[in-house]
Amino acid sequence: MNSTRDNRAGISPRRRLGSLAISAAIAVVWEGGKALFAIPGYKLPHLHEILVDFLREGAGGERWFSIMAQNAGYTALESLIGFTLGGLTGLALAIGFAHSRLLERGLLPYVVASQTVPVLAIAPMVVVWLGTSWFSKAVIAAYLTFFPVTINMARGLRAIDPDALALMRALAATSRQVFVKLRFPASLPYLFTALRISATASVIGAIVGELPVGSRFGMGVVIINAAQYYNWRPANLWAAILVSALIGIAFYHAVVLVERRVTGWRPSAPAI
Amino acid sequence: MGVPIIEIVDVGKSFSGRTGPTEALRAVSLSVDAGEFISVIGPSGCGKSTLLRIVGDLVEPTSGVARVNGKSARQARLDRDYGIVFQTPVLYDWRTVLENVQLPLELAGRSRQERDARPLALLRLVGLEDFRGHFPWQLSGGMQQRVSIARALALNPSILLMDEPFGALDEMTRERLNLELLQVWSKSAATALFVTHSIAEAVFLSSRVVVMSPRPGAIDRIVDIDLPRPRLDKIRAHPRFFELVTTVSESLREDPALAAGGAAGRAI
Repeated sequence: MNSTRDNRAGISPRRRLGSLAISAAIAVVWEGGKALFAIPGYKLPHLHEILVDFLREGAGGERWFSIMAQNAGYTALESLIGFTLGGLTGLALAIGFAHSRLLERGLLPYVVASQTVPVLAIAPMVVVWLGTSWFSKAVIAAYLTFFPVTINMARGLRAIDPDALALMRALAATSRQVFVKLRFPASLPYLFTALRISATASVIGAIVGELPVGSRFGMGVVIINAAQYYNWRPANLWAAILVSALIGIAFYHAVVLVERRVTGWRPSAPAI
Repeated sequence: MGVPIIEIVDVGKSFSGRTGPTEALRAVSLSVDAGEFISVIGPSGCGKSTLLRIVGDLVEPTSGVARVNGKSARQARLDRDYGIVFQTPVLYDWRTVLENVQLPLELAGRSRQERDARPLALLRLVGLEDFRGHFPWQLSGGMQQRVSIARALALNPSILLMDEPFGALDEMTRERLNLELLQVWSKSAATALFVTHSIAEAVFLSSRVVVMSPRPGAIDRIVDIDLPRPRLDKIRAHPRFFELVTTVSESLREDPALAAGGAAGRAI
């Protein structure tokens, strides 16, 4: 029993070696493929070119890693605010759905419909409504965040062992007690599964929110600019993609970390 | 004998299903005195679990009435007169052993002092004091069911309802837990209503064994168990124990609807 817990605490040397080997394999496939099929730099730059791009000086004399870091920080903050807003909205909807079939039947079609509309179409409208500040980006991030939370959490709140509920009834628990002491804690694993999905979706939302004209900061702006100069300096866009991915990965791991703290009672929280 | 603490009067229960209503219980009447240990035995589908749940106000009877402590079953439930143990332990995974036993006291809004003292004493009683900080998944099935019994006794209930609590355990664990249950129960003031598939278990534990027949569920016979208490393991070798087991087993077999394999499966 204890060994399971210890293994979770840190990354074993074996696992570290494994992920290193996979990184190396990706590099080999990347560079090997490029050499083998003679892929030109504007289609696929060398890996080292992408890394070197971070050291290049930008128009304002700042180095690109610093420019990237500032914009990444901006995007991360928008994502975090959006993630929080969306998570809370999703949770509120899920609780509503779990309490009232009527509410679910009435509202769920619109919740589903909201996710079938491409976020690219919604984003410019939201920016027009709310302005080009961070807030409109956070709202778009929230728009992508709430859905997985609503769907998963509504299911978790309902998927309670009937005998666990019978126990609460036999003990004359109030409905508030049933929620706080049974339904909510029992559905935490469902919540965290949703939050893992939402963590990466919120970053996408924030970046898409930065794409419309008028935005000045964030990875979305960096990506738009890099795309315009792509033929001339392809490594810059690849670097922007790499940074954007790193934000998503960091978010995901932050959620996993919190999950392990909160659901530490479980025999083993699912690995990555 | 004593004062009737549970009165079941002419209780019937039908469940509506896709193929029309199913009659689970018909005209069941039973009176239980305070301090008794009553086992209800019968094959799958005889409605014994339903009967227990009607007493605990977890299921509404279609007809008839169940009265507990001179009140309606509902009022008794709201007054927290019940402790309940299910076939599965139904422990909350995110609570430690101690926190699980504390749950009823929390729900009843008892004082911090009481919440700390009584669960520990109960865990000591079931021999799990050292496991108070463990989580349910770290315990064996038998240990989990002990925690569940401790939790059922947390509010010192006047009625202890047990729905096949040892049905999922192996024979050896079951016999050991039977003995422990009697020890724990004798220290409590609870009247026990115990649903089981096992004849030996019913005879070993009970003051009376209620034999039920299925479709619709009805009481066939009530067998008085006149074995002395306290009952220890050696009573299982007593000739009178065999006689009583035979009596119960014959009453079960008298019903032609019952196949010999009544011990398999789970009641409604």
